[in-house]
Amino acid sequence: MSVLDLLLRLVLLLACFLVLPLVVGQIEHKAMAHMQSRLGPMYAGGFHGWAQLVADGVKFAQKEDVLPAAADPWVFRLAPALALLPYLVVLALIPVGAGQAVVSADVGIFLVLAVMGIGIIGTVMAGWASANKFSVLGALRAAAQLLSYELPLVLAAASVAMAAGTLSLPGIVEAWRPWWLLWQLPGALIFLVAGLAELSRSPFDMPVAESEIIFGAYTEYAGLRFALFLLAEYAGIVVLGALTTVLFLGGWKWPFLVGGLGWLWTLVKTLAVAFLVIWLRVSLPRLREDQLQRLAWAWLVPLALVQLMITGVVRVMG
Amino acid sequence: MTQELTVGVGAGELATADMVLNIGPQHPSTHGVLRLRIVLDGERIRHAEPIVGYMHRGAEKLFEVRDYRQIIVLANRHDWLSAFANELGVVLAVERMTGIQAPERAVWARTLLAELNRVLNHLMFLGSYPLELGAITPVFYAFREREVLQAVMEEISGGRMHYMFNRVGGLKEDLPAGWLGRTAEAVAVVRRRMADLEGLLVGNEIFRARTAGVGVLSAELVHGYGVSGPIARASGVDFDLRRDEPYLAYAELFAPGGPGRVVTRSAGDALARFECLLEQVHVSLDLADACVDRIAALPRGPINVRLPKVLKAPEGATYAWTENPLGINGYYLVSRGEKTPWRLKLRSASFNNVQVLAEILPGNLVADMVSILGSMFFVVGDVDK
Repeated sequence: MSVLDLLLRLVLLLACFLVLPLVVGQIEHKAMAHMQSRLGPMYAGGFHGWAQLVADGVKFAQKEDVLPAAADPWVFRLAPALALLPYLVVLALIPVGAGQAVVSADVGIFLVLAVMGIGIIGTVMAGWASANKFSVLGALRAAAQLLSYELPLVLAAASVAMAAGTLSLPGIVEAWRPWWLLWQLPGALIFLVAGLAELSRSPFDMPVAESEIIFGAYTEYAGLRFALFLLAEYAGIVVLGALTTVLFLGGWKWPFLVGGLGWLWTLVKTLAVAFLVIWLRVSLPRLREDQLQRLAWAWLVPLALVQLMITGVVRVMG
Repeated sequence: MTQELTVGVGAGELATADMVLNIGPQHPSTHGVLRLRIVLDGERIRHAEPIVGYMHRGAEKLFEVRDYRQIIVLANRHDWLSAFANELGVVLAVERMTGIQAPERAVWARTLLAELNRVLNHLMFLGSYPLELGAITPVFYAFREREVLQAVMEEISGGRMHYMFNRVGGLKEDLPAGWLGRTAEAVAVVRRRMADLEGLLVGNEIFRARTAGVGVLSAELVHGYGVSGPIARASGVDFDLRRDEPYLAYAELFAPGGPGRVVTRSAGDALARFECLLEQVHVSLDLADACVDRIAALPRGPINVRLPKVLKAPEGATYAWTENPLGINGYYLVSRGEKTPWRLKLRSASFNNVQVLAEILPGNLVADMVSILGSMFFVVGDVDK
């Protein structure tokens, strides 16, 4: 891999990282609006408000950078970066096509899960540094949430790794066969549910529940820093979609027209998962923090263990 | 099933202090400026105190310097979601004092409008309550239905919130030509599309988990605090002025075999309150249909009576109470024969209904606080008057 090649890949990665979350955000705006018998943004950019999020970004950039008097300045300023960057790292590890990942690691899945866990620290930092009671409550909820989703997430991913016999993300896609859709179905569902909790997306958006604790850890944020948290949320959806695609949906594989279009199938599957995430937000009310714990420990963890067992049995028999 | 939960800080043997958290007066879930001062241990509420009065406008004192026509304008404002029902209490009180009898046509038209107003009010809460529980879609369906009914209300009164359509002795004007047909159509549309709203919530496991068994209000507390309306009926208190002390045309509507029935639940939790509200919408739509049929069958006649230039209530006192959408709304009118009341006491439903929060909030989590608060279906103007 030459330096130029690497540079090109990094530029592409950054472009994806900045554009895809906006695409997901725009899909959310429009899909949600139509599901709710509304139109959504219609003016910005002319055609069906396609530039709404760009306009939002410009607006955020112009806003005053407010720092609460009692806040811990450095922690407060650093938190958005810490929330966003892990997703960039994870995205770099995603293979979009055969041999097409920015960085390939032999222990990809391990690295991805480890790095994704860091994002939560950004939220906890934001909540603590804001010197706001609602923010503290939000941060603590986020931390409590971590305890419930992390284990099922890892167990579900472990099942796929076991099935494929490798920890490498491209390796898992190579080993993937269509019938895995059925075989690994419980694992996929668990992964998705736990992923939603990781992203604080509905129905697990307790850490930012605006009707309860205003906006949780992000209450005191405004302008660009707030935009970074929002970007982190949507980048998170992209990453969750991409990971689900790679682990459970066969990545760049498709029954026909694969050729050089592998990356397109990855993108399509990723956006399909993202759409599902949006759809769930439109349809479902919010759980309570302890109800999520119950769901995780009483259902997700046992189910994930059962999935591991099934995977093991099939592996040994086959 | 009991469950011990340790959520957040403040549990166990760590040395901790309780945190005082002010929910409101500016908070997304307080529908305006209600303030709850809650003491938290972690996320668990130890103590809660509703602090009211941020929107107090001195309505009762203002009544005393206005004549009865002007009072109607003012009195329809405290509960801005039930304007028609608020007007009704005033005119009923004055009519009773002066002995004016509203024509039959006016009585039925008032009943119809009161029931449409009830549906409008309930739809608002059927949308906003799920929103507080994180379901963002029902509110749009609720508002779509509201818009259909608003159209007929607007056509008849010119207003969308403060209808100002009641007059002592009847209504302001007769019904526009063809209005009854359009109303029947609107009612049918709303009834048909209620399924969309219900489909999102009724039977949803998460919605059940957030509301069933949460904020249980006992019948004793209902009686102790004077809680009324759908909230009281959700606790099994079978009391509805429309049936128990009928005014307007309710005696006929709630007679055996009539379309009227009182919706009650026994659980007393947030789910029961929501279900009460939901079912009351259906009952009110049925009542509206019955009213439309009845008005169409009535012979032509006046919709109001001619009033003297200066309207004075004779010396004396009366108490007119009505079953407003949110509960009992009463006006205690004391007159000394002037053109203004000597005293007009307003008993509003929400004021009593939110007081009980101090009793049922402690022991719950902040998340449940929102679930309970939302299920008390209050309007801050109705609290603060």
